[in-house]
Amino acid sequence: MTKVVEAQGLSRSFGRIRAVQDFTVTIEREEIFGLLGPNGAGKTTTINMLITILPPTAGRASIAGFDIVRDARKVRSCVGIVFQDPTLDTVLTGRENLELHARLYGMKRPKYTKRIEELLELVNLHNRADDLVRTYSGGMRRRLELVRGLLHQPAVLFLDEPTLGLDPQTRARTWEYIRLMAKKEGTTVLLTTHYLEEAQQMCDRIAIMDEGKIMALDTPARLIDALGGIILVIEAPSLPEAELKELPFVKSINGGNGRWEIMLKDTYENLPYVIEKVKPINHLEIRRPSLNDVFLKLTGRRIRDDAMEDAGGWLEAAFRHEQRGR
Amino acid sequence: MMVARELAGIKGVWWREFKVFWREKSRIVASIISPIMWLFLFGSGVGARYSVDGMAYRDFIYPGILSMTVIFGSVFFGLYIVWDRKIDVFKAVLVAPVSRTSIFIGKVLGGCTDVLLQVSVLFVFSFLFPSVNPRGIPFAFLFLFLGAIALVSLGLAIGALLKSLEGFQLISALVVFPLFFSSGALFPVDTNLPSWLKVAVSVNPLSYAVDGVRGALMGIHTHPLTLDLAVLSAFAIIMVLTGSVLFSRMKL
Repeated sequence: MTKVVEAQGLSRSFGRIRAVQDFTVTIEREEIFGLLGPNGAGKTTTINMLITILPPTAGRASIAGFDIVRDARKVRSCVGIVFQDPTLDTVLTGRENLELHARLYGMKRPKYTKRIEELLELVNLHNRADDLVRTYSGGMRRRLELVRGLLHQPAVLFLDEPTLGLDPQTRARTWEYIRLMAKKEGTTVLLTTHYLEEAQQMCDRIAIMDEGKIMALDTPARLIDALGGIILVIEAPSLPEAELKELPFVKSINGGNGRWEIMLKDTYENLPYVIEKVKPINHLEIRRPSLNDVFLKLTGRRIRDDAMEDAGGWLEAAFRHEQRGR
Repeated sequence: MMVARELAGIKGVWWREFKVFWREKSRIVASIISPIMWLFLFGSGVGARYSVDGMAYRDFIYPGILSMTVIFGSVFFGLYIVWDRKIDVFKAVLVAPVSRTSIFIGKVLGGCTDVLLQVSVLFVFSFLFPSVNPRGIPFAFLFLFLGAIALVSLGLAIGALLKSLEGFQLISALVVFPLFFSSGALFPVDTNLPSWLKVAVSVNPLSYAVDGVRGALMGIHTHPLTLDLAVLSAFAIIMVLTGSVLFSRMKL
């Protein structure tokens, strides 16, 4: 196994704000590595340092053996980047965008025309390659950026929130393409996202970040297993929280306002005891913990998870706005 | 190897600018209509009452309008990077393993190509201006090329400093129009000028471009053409250096 990304105590401050603190990670070849965390956790800052557009204030890192500060130029040649916000040239066609990229990365013509053709076919864009990017849908643009990021055969592909702003169906397809391409090209991938379930399916390993620090780093399965047990979701008019917390098998209770999540140790055997204490129950669900619960446990907060919650957040914001207006 | 990479980068950026220019046919047409209106509407209108030392006014301003096309086209081309940065088009280019200087040079060449193609179209109409000596066109072209290099660099330099397009109007009012109006494009620079205007004309490097073009095409000039060439070359070099430094320091 070769180490493609090595970061040692990488840190960045903006004045007194410590955006990233002591980021220490080693990523192996062909690994898909996820940085998870809410907005402002320091994910993009970390990526910006690794792709050499933001100098670190402390620590060091190397990509494919090249130091991100001393050999910035070599690092740039061997990383592919898909930024959070689209950076395609909309007045050029899809193919022209790729040709420009090939030229900027010093690729030679017969080689890159062939490779462009192959990659476009792989992501099903070959029929639209000569249309202006202006006419592409959001999902098509993402796919084109993905191809562009991989065109020069980088050692590492950085994907910053690759599915942000896409509808759930397009998001699922985009992840499929990412997986397909990474596998075919044998590329190491470092991605950031705040869609936990997607990260859980995609990533070999995950680092959970909050307020600039890595809170946990492991495979998704192990992160969840470490939590152990099961989660009981109860909807009821009231819950004797203090009493339940004293039970030896209750690990934690979250929620309120008629809906609670109770985390229980290991097995299902203790379920009846809990149900006994809560009466009446309107609704009951049992589920295994997810990365969401890992995140909640580590940070005491929830991360926004899916489009529904996004929409909910938006509604909430709109509602608050209206309230303020009154 | 390194040099080849940089050259490929320069060529890439240049190629992109040309593609975009060529695609926007309406913009090419618009950019040529305006000088033609100056020549035929403004030039013929003023020319009905006024001639310069026996030369039709419309003919007299022909070199000035060529220069105008270069001034406006070049500066606004450069300023356009503010927009490119705003919509993030530039980010992907700036993280490529190519130096900022090369990207800057590619941009300058791209801008010069756009502007000089517009100028070439105007040269096609030169037969309508009897005072123009077609043999002077290559020399005039050289002056306009130097002017374009300087002014695209100026536009890029200002564009690298501006954070939003709000400064656009101000730059237009404080830089572009004064450069044009005090260049002697529309009036002869002689003893009749008020002394303050004469000072303004003599410190405006573009006066030397207008003078050089008029000298090359019509044989009338205030300064020796070698002086015109020297001043304009120096201006171009200074602007390229300033522009590339500011461009390299530009934040993403």
